[in-house]
Amino acid sequence: MLRQIALAMTLAFAPVMASAQVEIDVTRGRTDPMPIAIPDYVSETDADLGGEISGVIETDLRNSGLLAPIGEEAFIENITNINVTPRFADWRVIGARVLLAGEVVDLGDGRVQINTRLWDVVGNQQVASVAYKTPRENWRRAAHKVSDFVYTQLTGEAGYFDSRLVYVGETGPKTDRKKQLVIMDQDGYNPQTLTQGLPYNVLTPRFSPNEQEITYLALFEDRPAKVYLFNIETGVQREVGDFPGMTFAPRFTPDGDRLLVSFARNGNSDVAYLDPISGRLQRLTSNPAIDVSPSMSPRGDKIAFASDRGGSQQVYVMNADGSDQRRITFGQGTYGTPVWSPRGDLIAFTRQHKGKFYIGVVAPDGSGERLLTESYLVEGPTWSPNGRVLAFHREEYPGGPVRLFAIDLTGQNLRRIQTPTEASDPAWSPRLN
Amino acid sequence: MKLTKLGTLGAVASMALLAACSTTPEEDIVVVEEPVIEEPVVSGIEVAKMELEQNVGNRVFYGYDQYNLTADAQAVLRRQAAFMMMPENMDYNFRIAGNADERGTREYNLALGERRAEAAKSFLVGLGVSPARISVVSYGKERPIDPRSTPEAWAKNRNGTTTIIDPEMDMF
Repeated sequence: MLRQIALAMTLAFAPVMASAQVEIDVTRGRTDPMPIAIPDYVSETDADLGGEISGVIETDLRNSGLLAPIGEEAFIENITNINVTPRFADWRVIGARVLLAGEVVDLGDGRVQINTRLWDVVGNQQVASVAYKTPRENWRRAAHKVSDFVYTQLTGEAGYFDSRLVYVGETGPKTDRKKQLVIMDQDGYNPQTLTQGLPYNVLTPRFSPNEQEITYLALFEDRPAKVYLFNIETGVQREVGDFPGMTFAPRFTPDGDRLLVSFARNGNSDVAYLDPISGRLQRLTSNPAIDVSPSMSPRGDKIAFASDRGGSQQVYVMNADGSDQRRITFGQGTYGTPVWSPRGDLIAFTRQHKGKFYIGVVAPDGSGERLLTESYLVEGPTWSPNGRVLAFHREEYPGGPVRLFAIDLTGQNLRRIQTPTEASDPAWSPRLN
Repeated sequence: MKLTKLGTLGAVASMALLAACSTTPEEDIVVVEEPVIEEPVVSGIEVAKMELEQNVGNRVFYGYDQYNLTADAQAVLRRQAAFMMMPENMDYNFRIAGNADERGTREYNLALGERRAEAAKSFLVGLGVSPARISVVSYGKERPIDPRSTPEAWAKNRNGTTTIIDPEMDMF
């Protein structure tokens, strides 16, 4: 259905490691964004494409909150050949700290080569360079890869710009909502509805680790809701397992071999593994309380879940075999939807207290709880593949539209993710291959 | 109870008359006052559905984050049990849908809705209704009957709703 176009990457220039002089610390809140100049990519044959590529990179880097692109009207030097050392003083004087100079070369076979050099205009040296060959129609992905390159060079960490989001597109009145699965690029481009005309509503989609499959909940009118699998390549969707009751809250294990789910039986919900091939359930909790929303640590040794066994709903962590179940949140109100960071060091959650919802994070041992954002409704955090950003859905005021938002782990840089319809339940893909 | 049934039958009969009028030979006179009812059929199940919704009570309501049955809810369920066990209704099966208000996370509310619907089912079974006749679904917070975001609307949306399963539509 959606073609995965392989992106040929060539190291036309040997990458040079960043000098310590130009560096962004992503762990600090309220860092002033680093000024960056991104002139239109030089192109002899395709000036429009050059401008579009620099535009995508500029948007990515601005949205990261770590970089502040400078308006091109301030530029003094006109870059016409990226293999000539720029006039650093011309860029320093307009306030730039780094300069991204690039060109796009038509290879004549339907492909383009996108060459990029990142310059430290204060240290008067090249930070690094990179080149990508790609089919021309795939230029947008290549531009996101350049954004990832810049992010990595300046922060020392992997980026998240070459990734996608799935979410639930919502239409119709609240009493009769239609909810469909939509996939789009991380920056909101190329939205495509994947589940047109299916006889159920889609809820809580999540990516497989290889980002080729999505698991979600199918909500039916006339029978209990069921966990489904959807293959992005083929567009084939299927129900997993054959049970009398509801299976829900699905999430892949980090190895992608199994699903973690909740299943409801006679008024009691417990957490279990669900084997997508055999359809067999393997129970992990057997508590008379509601146990929901399992999420496995990236190492595969622990599972976080939400339970109201202590009276109010809180986050618990247990071993991968269900042993040693212990509570890790103790604040007022309720805690739900725990989701383990891909870095393994934090668990994001939805907290509800005194008429408001919050998105927060806590260490797996329960220490260091931090609330990042609040609203009338914020729910269902999902991590960027590098574990630095959380996306979620938000209803700003009672009865208001449901929309996607993202916020940095620092609690800074709250921003809306544009979608063509109202939207909920975002799930970030892993980094694309 | 009887009055409602008669009233409904009367209304349907008059619509049948209108439908008959529109099939008279004078085809150039088009009457568009009423929507054309193709086959007005008052089957037993339609009467039973109306009876359940209007006289017995098809909904019970729950407190915030609660699934226990209030005295009001129990009274409704007693009437539902009696209705389910009436000889003319013994062929019908029923579905209880558990619902939650919007003040909770999606996944927790799905579990809560299931728990509410099961609580209602258990009560009905305790009164003698065969468990095989009652199926349970949860819609969580997905199907509010009142779209507003007010305490009054939330109270309505925390419910268990009983419907008669149409035997012809029931594939499960």
